[in-house]
Amino acid sequence: MTSLRPTSIDEVQAAVQMAGRLLPHGARTKPALTAVADEVQWLDMRGLTGVVEYAPEEFTFTALAGTPLRDIDAMLAQRGQYLPFDPPLVREGATLGGTVAAGLSGSGQKRFGGVRDFAIGVRLVDGTGQLIRGGGKVVKNAAGFDLPKLMVGSQGRLGAIVELTFKVFPLPEAWRTVRINCRNLHDALAVMAALNRQPLELDALDLHPPATLVARVAGNAASIDAHARRVAAIADRPCEMPSVDDADGWWQAQRSLKWLPPSHRLIKLATTPRQVPVIEASLSSPDSPRCYAVAGNVLWLAWPETEPWPGVREVGVGLTLLGSSHPGDAAPPPDPAAVFAQRIKHALDPQQRFPDLRPTHAP
Amino acid sequence: MPDTATFIRHLREIYPDERLLVDAAATAAYESDALTAFAVAPRAVVVPESADEVVATVRLCHEHEVPFVARGSGTSLSGGSLPIAEGIVIALNRLNRVLRLDTDQAIAVVVPGTINLGVTRQASAHGLYYAPDPSSQQVCTIGGNVAFNSGGAHCLRYGMTANHVLGIKAVLADGQLVQLGGESLERTGPDWTGLFVGCEGLFGIALEITLRLLPVAETFHTVMAGYDDLEKAGDAVARVLGSGLLPGAIEIMDALALEAATAAVATNFPNGAAAVMIVELEGPRDLVEADSAKLDALIQASGAFGVTVATTPQERAAMWKGRKSAFSAVGRLSPDFIVQDGVVPRSRLGYALRRIGEMASEAHLRVANVFHAGDGNLHPLILYNGRVAGELQRAERLAGGILELCIELGGSITGEHGVGMEKREFLGQMFSPADIDAFQRIRAALDPHRVANRGKMFPGREAPALAQRGLHPLEAQGLISRE
Repeated sequence: MTSLRPTSIDEVQAAVQMAGRLLPHGARTKPALTAVADEVQWLDMRGLTGVVEYAPEEFTFTALAGTPLRDIDAMLAQRGQYLPFDPPLVREGATLGGTVAAGLSGSGQKRFGGVRDFAIGVRLVDGTGQLIRGGGKVVKNAAGFDLPKLMVGSQGRLGAIVELTFKVFPLPEAWRTVRINCRNLHDALAVMAALNRQPLELDALDLHPPATLVARVAGNAASIDAHARRVAAIADRPCEMPSVDDADGWWQAQRSLKWLPPSHRLIKLATTPRQVPVIEASLSSPDSPRCYAVAGNVLWLAWPETEPWPGVREVGVGLTLLGSSHPGDAAPPPDPAAVFAQRIKHALDPQQRFPDLRPTHAP
Repeated sequence: MPDTATFIRHLREIYPDERLLVDAAATAAYESDALTAFAVAPRAVVVPESADEVVATVRLCHEHEVPFVARGSGTSLSGGSLPIAEGIVIALNRLNRVLRLDTDQAIAVVVPGTINLGVTRQASAHGLYYAPDPSSQQVCTIGGNVAFNSGGAHCLRYGMTANHVLGIKAVLADGQLVQLGGESLERTGPDWTGLFVGCEGLFGIALEITLRLLPVAETFHTVMAGYDDLEKAGDAVARVLGSGLLPGAIEIMDALALEAATAAVATNFPNGAAAVMIVELEGPRDLVEADSAKLDALIQASGAFGVTVATTPQERAAMWKGRKSAFSAVGRLSPDFIVQDGVVPRSRLGYALRRIGEMASEAHLRVANVFHAGDGNLHPLILYNGRVAGELQRAERLAGGILELCIELGGSITGEHGVGMEKREFLGQMFSPADIDAFQRIRAALDPHRVANRGKMFPGREAPALAQRGLHPLEAQGLISRE
């Protein structure tokens, strides 16, 4: 397999217009997403880097797709801003385009939404080689079809993202983390639901089964401790409040997926809180490390490479991010969006310049 | 395309007489939406009472290549639900039901004719609400909100409709049923739901919509401040946003809008203000308290006068009533007006407002400004008298000029009303031919016969003249306003 490394949008267009199948990629921090069976030519997007425009007063920036997120984070932090959805693998080199194409948000999407809610503009080269734009550069916009959202989770199968515009938010002054030790899974789910119903604006609320909840709050320094204590009081279970440094380190390890044991795949599944006990009861490898992030809406599951896929039908096929390949559900559940997916794929990539969409099915 | 009589015979196989309207008198109520300048009599109006009837109708339209327009309450300000003469209107008002309210998962599953505020009314007993709040929320439907990605006053912090729709069961324009997204806040493939929201009815009809609900904020801190100069108010917005605070809403009204609102309802705007800013913080009590002190100090230092803080829910409601009445109140100042919806980078608000003022003087017209300042979303109201020769044409030119200004400044031709019928000639100024070609390819893939809301969004035939004559009947009743 050969690799092309365009350094301009023109070169991306030229690459797509040449014969052959292409798969765009960034820093390959989620290597399973680019593990394809068919012969492809790699389109290394890391030659397209740099911030095109940053307007702190507008709460927006525009950057080329290959720009590493750590550069973006540093740029935003200098002006007291951030991407609130807590993107994973930033320190490992994840790029802006790769994060959008993978559709990845971290635990911080709890409060204001995920990568789909912050990507407001995109330029991409579609399968016909055309450079097309959707969305815009202002935080509110209702003109044209929402291509920025379409690109979220598109995994390089609909086109090569070359440039993105994001909305950003002011960086909170302070963060606190509350570890809540519940009695068992059932109890943890009850506490999670209770916290979720309260107007606490939790910045993160993750369940580490069987019985640990980790809540994070963010806000002004003057009242953050009181707010964290209030979360603990509402939880009404034994709580720990790690020091700011300890908590930062712990969240950083989460973002870096440091908890993934060797020889494991990492699978992301879209879930609902109600499915959590069903999944927990059906996992054939119950010791696999996992976390139900965003109040039970995202399952991050480490799965041994040697184990057959558990086949939790309710949660679809999942998205394998790390590890050798997809565990391969022999008969994935039918995707009720399949017709829509095929038609959009055909509209943007009629010649199949990019690989087929993977089967996806979310509850 | 079959003749009208033949097609109506087919429709009679789906609908009883009372839900198949063909007389001019019966269809008259559906000839316009809130862009009242346009009126088109459709061939027929059907009033389905089930999703099956909607699907059967769409399939019939596809088969016979008869265009259809799905319509909720008809509050579109861009003419998004204007009928097509050779087509039919599918009126979805009777599909008005919250199918499921799941308070544990904080979601609601609704059918398309469900009223926006109705969702919040049902959810509020459980401390939850549906965040997008277009000003017509008392009457507008979720189906319409989904089609046009409706906004509201609280988009700065919470986003638009697209940010609150998790899943959509839809019938595509060719009768194909699909389920996009679901109940989870997460997804593992392309965001099909996100693409569907804001399609302006061109992809098909949403039959079941899964909405994300949020806990009602524990407390609000709503501040109203007067300024002797509009630009000072604009600068104050920049200060607030630069301070690290993230308000739920920041609104500004200019002198003419204040005058209109004061004439219409009892308001407590500061006397003699050339502009008023309303800022609202919301969230958990402890966090909002500390933020409030910071906000109040910022406003005091911004050259404001007559600063009022709402101390009770009633006072808060009164502030918002003054703000939300401004649009319909403008009807008292002028026999006719055009409402515009554009977006500029918010740092260019001051410049944009000055330019709009200059353009208005050149056109010898008055413009009242009410806007979502935190988002840079302008709503200039162009006052004119349709009975004075040439005024309408000058007003139309000014409205177009304002959109061109928004594009020139790097903004958008619509923040929340959509392109619809009204702005389709401007789509090509914001997007390149290649962009529009891609939009067309997507549309053609989902609607090969172009039956769904034909004539909207895309530039095409000569657009009918744009005019706004008087108030929409719902607007006159104070139920909706144009923002």
